Amino acid sequence: MLCEKLHNLFDQLGDARSVVQIMEVCGTHTMSIASSGLRSLLPTGLTLTSGPGCPVCVTDQAYIDQAVFLARSGGAIIATYGDMVRVPGREGGLGDARAGGAEVEVVYSADQAVTVAAENPDKEVVFLAVGFETTSPGTAMAVLRASREGLDNFSILSSHKLILPAMRTLLAGGAAIDGFLCPGHVSVILGWKAYEPIVRDYGTPCVVAGFDPGQVVAGLEEILAELIAEKPKACSVYPAVAERGNVEALGVVDRVFTPCDAVWRALGEIPASGLKLRKQFAGFDAAERFELPVMESYQPAGCRCGEVITGRCAPVDCGLFAGKCTPRSPVGPCMVSSEGACAAAYKYERRSCRVDS
Amino acid sequence: MAEETHIKLAHGGGGQLAQELTEQVVLPALGGTQEPGRLTDAAELDVAGRLAFTTDSHVIQPLEFPGGDIGKLAICGTVNDLAVSGAVAKALSVSLILEEGLDVELLRRVVVSAGMAARSAGVQVVTGDTKVVERGGLAGMMINSAGIGEIPAGRELGFDRIVEGDRIVLSGPLGEHAMAVMSARENLSFTNELVSDCGSINDMTESLLNRLGKDVHFMRDPTRGGLAATLNEVCSAIGRDMEIQQEAIPINPSARAIAEMLGLDLVSAANEGKLVAIVAESAAEEAVSVLAECKSAKRPAAIGRIAMKNDQPLVEMVTTIGGRRIVQMPYGEQLPRIC
Repeated sequence: MLCEKLHNLFDQLGDARSVVQIMEVCGTHTMSIASSGLRSLLPTGLTLTSGPGCPVCVTDQAYIDQAVFLARSGGAIIATYGDMVRVPGREGGLGDARAGGAEVEVVYSADQAVTVAAENPDKEVVFLAVGFETTSPGTAMAVLRASREGLDNFSILSSHKLILPAMRTLLAGGAAIDGFLCPGHVSVILGWKAYEPIVRDYGTPCVVAGFDPGQVVAGLEEILAELIAEKPKACSVYPAVAERGNVEALGVVDRVFTPCDAVWRALGEIPASGLKLRKQFAGFDAAERFELPVMESYQPAGCRCGEVITGRCAPVDCGLFAGKCTPRSPVGPCMVSSEGACAAAYKYERRSCRVDS
Repeated sequence: MAEETHIKLAHGGGGQLAQELTEQVVLPALGGTQEPGRLTDAAELDVAGRLAFTTDSHVIQPLEFPGGDIGKLAICGTVNDLAVSGAVAKALSVSLILEEGLDVELLRRVVVSAGMAARSAGVQVVTGDTKVVERGGLAGMMINSAGIGEIPAGRELGFDRIVEGDRIVLSGPLGEHAMAVMSARENLSFTNELVSDCGSINDMTESLLNRLGKDVHFMRDPTRGGLAATLNEVCSAIGRDMEIQQEAIPINPSARAIAEMLGLDLVSAANEGKLVAIVAESAAEEAVSVLAECKSAKRPAAIGRIAMKNDQPLVEMVTTIGGRRIVQMPYGEQLPRIC
């Protein structure tokens, strides 16, 4: 039985800790845990919560509204990952803009967006660059390609984020996190050693695991073992992750981007947690190329996405969940995104009210 | 007609060009009992007893995909809807709406393919229509097909026949059609080229009904929305929970690879040549072996059962690791123009 050892380890923690909250910070983990039914096999008292690991979910509302503005009045083709299209904005989302005649094209990679620009030389193409360390190398390569090919109609609106500052902000804010299950793909880039400062400063175990249920369980077992021994570490049970990560990928990102302060949904502004294009690539920055209005951050009424992504509210505890907020008519991004905690709970774990679809 | 390489508006105009298109491209491919030069406004049929009648429109992109095309799809889709109703298909109609500028050779390939699919399913196309619309928005062509079938006496299929304990039987791996089409759309190519399962399933439905008789309670072909949509529709209609075993579901590894790459779920992905049958518990094993003898089945399996009544019934899946999760009614246009 997959979770037998996990149950034994949890029992060994005994009275010291009857409740253990482990947070994953990766949308792929969120989905894989939900779709495998793993939660139904965990020991009672061991909670696995979702953190700010879904790129679309942590994107500030102001960015969405800027993207919609660009789509409607910038005269540009907006190239974006599919999930962004349905996030509601103050005046509708990108999908609504498209229905109204704006050009919004779904792409699977930043490179594909550059190809769109190359194939449409008479139009501006803006790529919505969203994602963590896994996708920023791809965006960096795309900018370099656009530069090499001399494309003057390609730009990016960057909302790239760095995961470590968010993890630190959560712990510094007193969130009850007993251990982090660290993201597989992000850690392939960052390396597991990158989590050592968190372990040193907060004593919180940071274990990198892959995405299949066996990997997730192995990661949870390692965290529990460290809690029992009271010896927290940064380490990996995912063979693909090296100590220092992918130095080349990190190099490419560093060449094109520099860290900047960034606004995260619900977490507010976190210093040095985002990526911005370096001066020599400023020509590819949509924020410089277009006159973008300053948009406010805000939360739709009743929406608790911010608390969901910081592990302070389970999807089912949000008053809008499965009522006013459903995948068909979402209020916040946690329900829109294919990797959102609410979408995962609705799709795989919900047992209350059936919604007619 | 020899000089016409692309469809013109006049081809839909009912005049000389239209007549040439019908007689030189459409009729030779679709066959039928009509004599060129003596076409009638309606086909006369000699059918009796309980009739089944169905219609479907097809808007798939691209028009030609690995394993099929819009023509084959149109024929098989309608044949399959009749088949799962327990009907023997007697006659089909095919209505073409063509976009100005469509390549005539493509049209020829499509109607030839439709004709072959009809012959393979043992049914004739007896009537049809062609219209042409101006360039823009139609993406080449759309097809509507309708079909009439006879339901032999003694066959009773339907929601009301489903009872607790009935078994759910699936004829083969999920999502081959959707993934083959997506891989063509996204230009993903693999060494093991995945082909759509587009095909008629009446060999399977007839075998089941003839060998198992009244033990077959319900049948459906899981097209758009896949197995998930079919099971959820039944679940709501009968007000009972259902439970399926992930381990038991046959999977095509190529389809799974594409699904993983594109972030899609095979359980909600469209099929165009699969059968879901709900049969009496005692007949489940025989149902699987009957299907295994059919050419359109591929590793058929019993994958689940019908459970208790529930005010808010759900389809639940026991996962490969022994956990439980819901199989949700798919929402949204995840894959537009898939069928």
